[in-house]
Amino acid sequence: MSGLSIENISMRFDLPNGKSVQALKNVSLHLNEGELLSVLGPSGCGKTTLLNIVAGFLAPTEGRVVMNGHAVTGPDAERGMVFQQGALFEWMNVRENVSFGPRMRGQRERTWGSHVDHLLDVTGLRDFKDKAIFELSGGMQQRVALARCLANDPDVILMDEPLGALDALTREKMQGLVLKLWKETGKTIILITHSVEEALLLGERLLVMAPRPGRIHKEYRLPFAEMGVGGDLRRVKKADGYASTREEILAMIWDMEEEIMGRVEQVQ
Amino acid sequence: MIGLMILLVYVAVFVASFFLVRFLVRRTTTDFTARKTVTFGDESAVVSDRFASAISVITIFLIWGSFTGSAWIPKFLHAPAPFVGDTSFTYTLEAPDGTRDDATVYVRVTGYGQELINPEVDPGDGFAKNDGVAVGASRTATILFDANDAVTRKDGAKVVAIDGAAIEEGTSLSTSTGRFALTDKGAISFTPPRGLQMEPIWLPAPEAVASRLVEIAKDGYRGSSLWQHLGYSLLRVVAGFLFGAILGIPLGYAMGLSNWFRGWFEPIVEFMRPVPPLALIPLVIIWFGIGETGKIILLFLASLWIMAIAARAGVSGVNITKVHAAYSLGASKLQILRHVIVPNSLPEIFTGARVAMGVCWGTVVAAELVAASEGAGMMIMVASKFQLTDIVLMGIILIGLIGFGIDILMRRAERWLVPWKGRS
Ligand SMILES: Nc1ncnc2c1ncn2[C@@H]1O[C@H](COP(=O)(O)OP(=O)(O)OP(=O)(O)O)[C@@H](O)[C@H]1O
Ligand SMILES: [Mg+2]
Repeated sequence: MSGLSIENISMRFDLPNGKSVQALKNVSLHLNEGELLSVLGPSGCGKTTLLNIVAGFLAPTEGRVVMNGHAVTGPDAERGMVFQQGALFEWMNVRENVSFGPRMRGQRERTWGSHVDHLLDVTGLRDFKDKAIFELSGGMQQRVALARCLANDPDVILMDEPLGALDALTREKMQGLVLKLWKETGKTIILITHSVEEALLLGERLLVMAPRPGRIHKEYRLPFAEMGVGGDLRRVKKADGYASTREEILAMIWDMEEEIMGRVEQVQ
Repeated sequence: MIGLMILLVYVAVFVASFFLVRFLVRRTTTDFTARKTVTFGDESAVVSDRFASAISVITIFLIWGSFTGSAWIPKFLHAPAPFVGDTSFTYTLEAPDGTRDDATVYVRVTGYGQELINPEVDPGDGFAKNDGVAVGASRTATILFDANDAVTRKDGAKVVAIDGAAIEEGTSLSTSTGRFALTDKGAISFTPPRGLQMEPIWLPAPEAVASRLVEIAKDGYRGSSLWQHLGYSLLRVVAGFLFGAILGIPLGYAMGLSNWFRGWFEPIVEFMRPVPPLALIPLVIIWFGIGETGKIILLFLASLWIMAIAARAGVSGVNITKVHAAYSLGASKLQILRHVIVPNSLPEIFTGARVAMGVCWGTVVAAELVAASEGAGMMIMVASKFQLTDIVLMGIILIGLIGFGIDILMRRAERWLVPWKGRS
């Protein structure tokens, strides 16, 4: 069976004070190859935890993740990750960062050189390939992180709020870039975001999660990602159904947040 | 007294030069820092003031020269010098029968380190005869004035006045000639004006230290040339530090990466860390004698714990997302160590290395003070036994300069190897 299966995952954190937090409860999901999934949800609903489990950094207390027929037991090059920030290697220049994966696998520059240079072109980093990381802006650094992940040619790309720290304009450019790369490379992508608009634009499928315990609340299948490929993202936002779906999801998350706040008040 | 004077002068120069530089020097720096309005509390905006550094060094040098009467600095900057030359005073002797007679004492005050030669004097008339005595600058002479007098203290004569001013046993008197006192036994003790300068035996003038440096650089000291002395100390430090780093850094990494290693070595490291290396000197001498082995082992121990702790801190300072990213990119454990953990810990390692080098340099000098046949510490220790303060001072200055030089080299290396430090 190809694709990525999340099979009935639960995650409980045991705290040092004897209590425990149920971060995820019975989460199941199947992603076909080449699908683009965005995940939304109020803060603390377990999105990062879910992604860390899929990446293999955490072992779930129950359930398992199956990837192309084998169970996930740890991190692997087949599942690449793009972090929000701070994951680039400052002691390497841009090109060395991007070629890190192939180099670690012992490949020669002959093998990866043209691929890496192509990715540097696509992400607009060609002129910066010899620069140090600290000389780049935040947006450029995220493009390096994206290119580094792609250079490794993973089957699945996991992104935890990759554009969260960027300004609105850079963010829109990067959203276009993600869509373009998704279409060109045909990768399976899971993208976590806090922005409903981003989730709508970058989600062929969109998952809304609910907190306490973290679970899947609702799933959508959306046409906007397909429409956005190679086109004008702002025009997509005027498309039929976009505004109404956005309002619906916003209201949904708003209610959940309110529920959390309400519970906090009851505790006090 | 003199110490307080020097401190006052120093503080005065500090304050005065602050305002002077402030009013006289127009800052023309136009870099980014100069545009910052908040500098108090922003450490990155605090830069070392070049003028302050220059004035600070010059001030220390000037004070040193001034209070030692250095020939290198103009006379008007000298602190009052002790009196040197010929002077005289008269004393009035009263015989038991109440008659009085005056006699003059000619005093030849000779400069530091010069031979004392009593001046020839004409005895004069009366029962009190003139005397001639010699005394070193700043020293006190006890003048047995009656050795040549016709009526002596044994006969019941006593001094009642000096230069016309009355004086009696146990009291003292200061005039422009100097300070006088009568001892219990009635002898005159005389101290010529001391001035405010230090005696060379306490603090030699800069030129004395410099000429010592030239002399020892040419002829060596105690059978070894100056370069051998310094070279030995440096070699011990470098050898001890290298051994310490070669063992300490992997140890620190192991402690940062493995439960077993951390559990095993933590008690040892935590126990050894607060033990100052100086406290190990006696044990090392008992075990290994005073030869090179003992010294290098001492320095090895001094740097081992520092480097181990620095390396461990370096590992714990690695951002976990970098490690996760490397794993997701397919790196093996060894590759993560080599390409992520080691480079990421370099800043910590360098900080540790600078501390370790400083500690080693201080420890080697101390170890050589205790026992060595060559080395910078041995040089100043032997010199101090012979009260050769100029050699002691020369040694201290060289030790300081070399330590400073080592630190500058380490910082250079750091900037070259860790250009991203503090910039991410
Ligand atoms: N290491 C941990 N130890 C204990 N509890 C944890 C740990 N990591 C996460 N949690 C808890 O699990 C729950 C989910 O956390 P998670 O970080 O997955 O949320 P999130 O959806 O990513 O939130 P955000 O949108 O703010 O990033 C939270 O209640 C959190 O307190
Ligand atoms: Mg999160």
